[in-house]
Amino acid sequence: MRFRGKLVDIGCIQHFTRVVSTISKLAKTCTLRINQSKLYFILSERVVNGGVSIWCELTQGHFFNEFNMEGLAEDANEIFLELTPENMVKSLKSAQNAKWVKMKLTKKHTPCITFEVELPSLTSHSRTVVHDVPVSVIPKRLWDEFEEPEMPDFDVSIYMPPLKVVRNVVDRMKNLSNFVVLSANQSGELILKVETDLVSVSTHFRDLTHPQWTKDKDPNVSQTPTQTQQRDPQEFVEVRVDIRKFAQFLSSQQVGPQRVICNIVDNRIIHFFLLHDDVSLQYFMPVVSM
Amino acid sequence: MSTILKAVHFKETALVIASAMGLKVTVEDSKCIQANAFLQAGIFQEFLIKEEQVTFKINLTVLLECLNIFGSSSTPGSTTALRMCYAGYGSPLVLMLEEGGVLTNCSIKTQEPDETLDFNFCSTNVINKIIMKSECLKEAFNELDMTSEILQILMSPDKPYFRLSTFGNAGSTHSDFPKESDMVEAFNCTQTQTNRYKVSLLKPSVKALSSSVRVSIRTDNRGFLSLQFMIKNEDGQVCFVEYYCAPDEDMEEDYDS
Repeated sequence: MRFRGKLVDIGCIQHFTRVVSTISKLAKTCTLRINQSKLYFILSERVVNGGVSIWCELTQGHFFNEFNMEGLAEDANEIFLELTPENMVKSLKSAQNAKWVKMKLTKKHTPCITFEVELPSLTSHSRTVVHDVPVSVIPKRLWDEFEEPEMPDFDVSIYMPPLKVVRNVVDRMKNLSNFVVLSANQSGELILKVETDLVSVSTHFRDLTHPQWTKDKDPNVSQTPTQTQQRDPQEFVEVRVDIRKFAQFLSSQQVGPQRVICNIVDNRIIHFFLLHDDVSLQYFMPVVSM
Repeated sequence: MSTILKAVHFKETALVIASAMGLKVTVEDSKCIQANAFLQAGIFQEFLIKEEQVTFKINLTVLLECLNIFGSSSTPGSTTALRMCYAGYGSPLVLMLEEGGVLTNCSIKTQEPDETLDFNFCSTNVINKIIMKSECLKEAFNELDMTSEILQILMSPDKPYFRLSTFGNAGSTHSDFPKESDMVEAFNCTQTQTNRYKVSLLKPSVKALSSSVRVSIRTDNRGFLSLQFMIKNEDGQVCFVEYYCAPDEDMEEDYDS
């Protein structure tokens, strides 16, 4: 197995850092999957992860100037590694003004991803910083745990209001209750509600828009537009979630303003889908029954 | 409004009394200290009350969270509109807040009101009174030696005029404020008085002090302390918060002649 990549453009380096930073705020450890065209940060749905699952996909060509990889075998040309994203962030933090960053899969006392950062220097000598981020190689028999999650057959799909506003409200609601109910309909309305013995607070967002799902836009979508059209657009669907996990998701977002789609299956699934030019992030939160 | 309420928020529950004059929010502790926040009817765009007086007890922590639901720091250019309704005995306090087209509804349960203490502090019994700018007092209060159980306040027509003292593990500290200082706006001291108050009880008043522009310090013939803070709220309107504190009973009051 080999992997070698080089980031040269400072914008790409900073963007890559922000993406990994977002992941580090959502998961302590995760899986990094590498193939010829993409990098993935994956958190699979396991009890130990509290039911949260993450699928983050980066198109390698938008970040790396040079990229070479050789997977496990010819018919399994992928690399699966388990690592702590926070360690990657720490290495990348030293690269925010770098001339270039190289990432390499190496074998030191354990397998590592080695970051080599070339820093600008006033003298003619170059300054290089090297970080070794320990990783563990995931054997092929476990690879099917890390497949892309299926897009749920959602009841409602809506574009979230600016996450900053949602985050402010949820941060306050966090002090009032452990759970929050998110409801939405297909008429641009989203409601956040907490209810306890002492107080009930509900925040109502209106005039939101809805994504148009077609098979063309995303080939993975099994959902056809007719499914949502069959519902009464005014009818609300809702899910109840742990407020701390939701607040964590909202405060993790480091990658600039973007469209955030929220898909809901009544009382069963909540799925956030963030789409950027070169990065997509999917986040599933466990739903607590009402 | 939340600035004024935060200035008296040292206990979870508060008593709210609404009358035609406005709202009075009272918080008490240990039967020795009472804080009152006055939100006069004039600061509201609309203030309607059907009965002569309406009283209820409410969780002040929850109320403050609701008032700040859109975040405590106001972004420039954005204003939050607030409407409060109370339907009478047993009803919840209902808040409606709107900011940038987003609407939040809060319904907070109210409780049976408690009796509040009457500190019986009237101006005819005031022995010493000083009105000063809050600035300099803020510094002194922020540096109060917390290892001292007691804050001793001396007010006198003679030197040192106004002295704050603490007696902590490292030693005693004295802060003197001469009456000629331009921080002092009014000085009416008729008799030398030295009174002691528990620091732990007075600490909450620091919140009110830090939001205020002006403070009046008065003591009466029993050694009771009244602090009145003039606070300018976000819209530039003036509101008052007052603190009453009973002197520390473990110590004998000594009147220096």
